[in-house]
Amino acid sequence: MQTTSDEVLIGRIATGDRLAMQVLFARHHVRVYRFVLRLVRNEATAEDLISEVFLDVWRQAGKFEGRSQVSTWLLSIARFKALSAMRKRTDQELDDETAEAVVDNSDDPEVSLAKKDKGEVLRQCLTALSPEHREIIDLVYYHEKSVDEVAAIVGIPEATVKTRMFYARKKLAEILKQNGIDRGWP
Amino acid sequence: MNAADNQAGEPLNEIEELLPWHAAGTLSRRDAARVEEALARDPELARRYELVREELEGTIHLNESLGAPSARASEALFAKIAAEPRRTALPSLNLAARLSDFIAGFSPRTLAYAAGAAVLAIVVQAGVIGGVLVHEHDGTSGGFRTASAPATQAPVETGTYAMIRFAPQASAADITRFLETNKLTIAGGPMAGGMFRVRVAVTGLPKDDLARLVKQLQSDKAVDFIATIE
Repeated sequence: MQTTSDEVLIGRIATGDRLAMQVLFARHHVRVYRFVLRLVRNEATAEDLISEVFLDVWRQAGKFEGRSQVSTWLLSIARFKALSAMRKRTDQELDDETAEAVVDNSDDPEVSLAKKDKGEVLRQCLTALSPEHREIIDLVYYHEKSVDEVAAIVGIPEATVKTRMFYARKKLAEILKQNGIDRGWP
Repeated sequence: MNAADNQAGEPLNEIEELLPWHAAGTLSRRDAARVEEALARDPELARRYELVREELEGTIHLNESLGAPSARASEALFAKIAAEPRRTALPSLNLAARLSDFIAGFSPRTLAYAAGAAVLAIVVQAGVIGGVLVHEHDGTSGGFRTASAPATQAPVETGTYAMIRFAPQASAADITRFLETNKLTIAGGPMAGGMFRVRVAVTGLPKDDLARLVKQLQSDKAVDFIATIE
């Protein structure tokens, strides 16, 4: 089955085609929502933000030059909106959310490991990363973005993308070790 | 560079840095080949690659578990869009975009047929022009001839001929190269079954030489079928 490309949809949206907008929204809104939610950690805020992201697409479609994938463009807009929303929140709110996300270390590591399987511990440790490290890991692993696409979304050089990913993984290994999983790296 | 990127100490292995993208399948073919080669000869790197694959699986699992937004997001968006002033079609939608849109409407099969027809048209045109030029060059043309004269009516000339059908996947460039390399001239066609009549030698060839030549031409990727003519 052949599907209309994102670029063609954007062209139609630029002419005011609402059906094309519905198709593009249906195709991408879940992934954009999850990307935003991982940054802002609040479902209601994430829902508000994706409405704003796609409203920007509706308004700016005529300016899309096709130099990147549409999904990369969407994530760039989403990231900008999420960071703006995060800046508006108070430090106290952010501290509370971080505390909730960090893995509970009250158990002895061995007890903690016994309670959960390795995959679950890994997923929990992924949530304990800093927003910056969470973001790059999500873009590479979940959103399947190449080095240059991540560079375009985050606004950093490609070499920095590679080193940031490396240190995000290194930090994840450290958190895993604190929770009883020593993977022998780094 | 961010502070988080600057906590270095040890030098980073270039190949190891690429492992996450290799696991996600987003490397260029060249880089992917480099990583594959390194993984094959370095067991420690291969072990670390397994750790990357675990992270990849965990990240996908985590994101998928986040669920989806409620209908509220969609309702809010389309309510806002409905409140926006209605746009008319932009005249600035360029020709390339419209062409892209038009082509995107065809199925791959239709596009393949269209490409095949285009190649055939180019070959026929080359045959007609080539035939006219050769004819004039030989001085056998006595009067005015239109370029659109049917190629199938090219005058009979001395020489040795064969019937040929080009491979469906052969491009116009492949066919041109094949004709030039082997000093062949299209003398007629296309006929039933996509066959063309080509002159393979300007003089009459002995039967054995002709058979050898046809066998050699058959091995070219541009050729689907070729046979001698009595």
